[in-house]
Amino acid sequence: MELQVVWFVLIAVLFVGFFFLEGFDYGVGILMPFLGKNDRERRTIINTIGPFWDANEVWLITAGGAMFAAFPNWYATLFSGFYLALFIMLIALIARAVAFEFRSKDDHPRWRQVWDWLLFGGSLVPALLWGVAMGNLIRGVPIDSDMHYVGSFFSLLNGYALLTGLAALSVFTLHGAVFLSLRTSDELERRAHRVAKYVWIPAVVLAIAAAVATFFQTDMVERLGVFAAIVPLCGGAALLLTRYFLNRHRNGRAFVMTGLSIICSVATIFVALYPRVMISTLNPEWSLTIHNASSSEYTLRVMSIVALVFVPVVLAYQAWSYYIFRQRITSESHLEY
Amino acid sequence: MDTLILSRWQFAITTIYHFFFVPLTLGLSVLLAIMETAYVRTGNKIYKQMCKFWGKLFVINFAVGVATGIVLEFQFGMNWSEYSRFVGDIFGAPLAIEALLAFFLESTFLGIWIFGWERLSKHVHLAAIWLVAIGSNLSALWILIANSFMHEPVGYYLNPALGRAEMTDFWALITNPHVWLQFPHVVTSGMTTAAVFVLGISAYHLLRRTEPGKVFQKSFRLAAVYGLVGIILVIFIGHKQAQHIVQQQPMKMAAAEALWESADPADLSVIAIFSQERQETIWSIEIPRGLSIMAFDSLDGQVRGIKDLQEEFVANHGPGDYIPPVFLLYWSFRLMVGSGFLMFFALAYAVYLVARDRFAEKRWFLWLLSWVLFLPYVANTCGWLLTELGRQPWIVYELMLTADAVSPNVSAGTVLLSLIGFSLIYAVLMVANIYLLVKHARQPKAITS
Repeated sequence: MELQVVWFVLIAVLFVGFFFLEGFDYGVGILMPFLGKNDRERRTIINTIGPFWDANEVWLITAGGAMFAAFPNWYATLFSGFYLALFIMLIALIARAVAFEFRSKDDHPRWRQVWDWLLFGGSLVPALLWGVAMGNLIRGVPIDSDMHYVGSFFSLLNGYALLTGLAALSVFTLHGAVFLSLRTSDELERRAHRVAKYVWIPAVVLAIAAAVATFFQTDMVERLGVFAAIVPLCGGAALLLTRYFLNRHRNGRAFVMTGLSIICSVATIFVALYPRVMISTLNPEWSLTIHNASSSEYTLRVMSIVALVFVPVVLAYQAWSYYIFRQRITSESHLEY
Repeated sequence: MDTLILSRWQFAITTIYHFFFVPLTLGLSVLLAIMETAYVRTGNKIYKQMCKFWGKLFVINFAVGVATGIVLEFQFGMNWSEYSRFVGDIFGAPLAIEALLAFFLESTFLGIWIFGWERLSKHVHLAAIWLVAIGSNLSALWILIANSFMHEPVGYYLNPALGRAEMTDFWALITNPHVWLQFPHVVTSGMTTAAVFVLGISAYHLLRRTEPGKVFQKSFRLAAVYGLVGIILVIFIGHKQAQHIVQQQPMKMAAAEALWESADPADLSVIAIFSQERQETIWSIEIPRGLSIMAFDSLDGQVRGIKDLQEEFVANHGPGDYIPPVFLLYWSFRLMVGSGFLMFFALAYAVYLVARDRFAEKRWFLWLLSWVLFLPYVANTCGWLLTELGRQPWIVYELMLTADAVSPNVSAGTVLLSLIGFSLIYAVLMVANIYLLVKHARQPKAITS
């Protein structure tokens, strides 16, 4: 297989992993001010992702680095084109990262309240913006013959992209609620479970709306074909099944389902994109592809060897960290954050 | 103001800000690992208390470093898209490897370390902090491999068809001589930063006789030795680095010395008033033959001056101004070296007192150490100003001009907006960060609870 294909798949996998993991992190951050009725509960909620959030975010940094290394033109066009959106996202991510660490290091209620809302906003804004970014990626953006984005910030905020943004936001929130029901206990667990059932409704509505809009707004249908269409259908089925398992209090299985719906949605986007990496709405010829955006053969070969050796190691120790902290956080647990 | 100037300001502010936090992470992670090793080997609870106390300050500092690190990775594409296209084939690789090899290691095991005190065996927990230390220092290695290419391009080929530089030799990139001077310089300045940080705060508690005093006495002893080793290595490697720069980036050294005319032997300027516009020194104090000694370890040797180098650049690359900002370079160099030597004296005296076990009585020195705390930050910042401004007007030395690297489709207004936004959030976070550091450094809650 061509190395460009390998790297396209690897970057897709990194984004899939990132959205699966950071998806529940964002959801937890969004729900924290509402689910946590008092300081102890809010801390409990934050501590459910305490040991993980930073390593989860590294999936994004690695995906960015992999884009830079394997497809420099993709990286350059995307990041300069989506400048203001990324700026807003970065501000949110900075606030969020610091909020985790700073929030509970001072007792003053005012201090904690400020960081709580920064954590909330810092989770909500990226959750929404990632959906907007993905929507634009699949719908296409104005790119000229020199691979430069020539639209404005507001052309990114079109109706379709906003809809995919809201769909992402609601699915991440659902994913986070189900995650919380697995990591907390007693009253908090029950509350998380209940909220998951509520959030499931807008998540399904928005996901269906986004799917319908995708049908009309993008070339996804002709791109996917019959065989690949199984992927989004699985994602949809998983989202519906989430409710089934939630009703039967099988929260573990519900989490697998929300996870699967995220994985399938992101995978669908990349399958439909292939072999393009950024679609030009001005002229199909001007789209960036895995060929005209890629690094040299030599660089791809070096990077493939590095990835082949280290990706399994990283997966192993990250999985191990989830195993270490598998126990639910109870009212007796010692809280670090 | 145009996009170029604003983008440069944004890059500089973000990078300098980020590097307020990085050296402490590099050095303190290793120091924490040493403390915990002592705890595991001796079973002495004091060492565990030390880990908890310094560990809390470590994570407060770490958070801001992590948060601003993402901006650094994104802004190559956001502000410098043409640079990214030109060198992505080479520059992207170490960045991706940094994330895969170092950031995952650092972040995963820091999570395990912070949350795992009660859950892991002593040895596994100790392994976690060592992996954090290795991870953070590995990240420094890979980012400096990338950075070194900007100063000393190696292992590449200019592809005329695609108009970009392509990697031809990954091994050459890793063994770039620039890396193996810069990386040790950064790591040892991290050691020094962490040592001075620990000494300054320990001195504060020794002055106030905070209980348990043993925590701060032991920290003081450990940091004094660690820091003296660090600063001696910083100075020694820095010297080698300067000699390397004389060969590889002579304009940087000429500007850092405000040496307008080539000279053999060359004198070392200690302090000077000069005009870059008129290209002349108005008044100065010089050490005869000093620069030749520094550059070649010998009494003679020609050091080339700014005017000659400018002519050579014009001959090789066409008309243009190839002189970096002399004033900033000259004074950054002096502030860096000056701070370095002041730290050397302070650390040497601290080790002398530790050896005679008299540091707790020297109250004036303990008081002074709280002020020495600022020096590594001055030195680190000035060091980067010297390195990166000295490369100008090139973004990749002799291959690409900074002016050609900027994103053509990002407007000045957009960059101005983000520049203001980033600056504001950095300022607010700096206040919050210092507030928390001071609070936790003053009241060692971590020890008593």
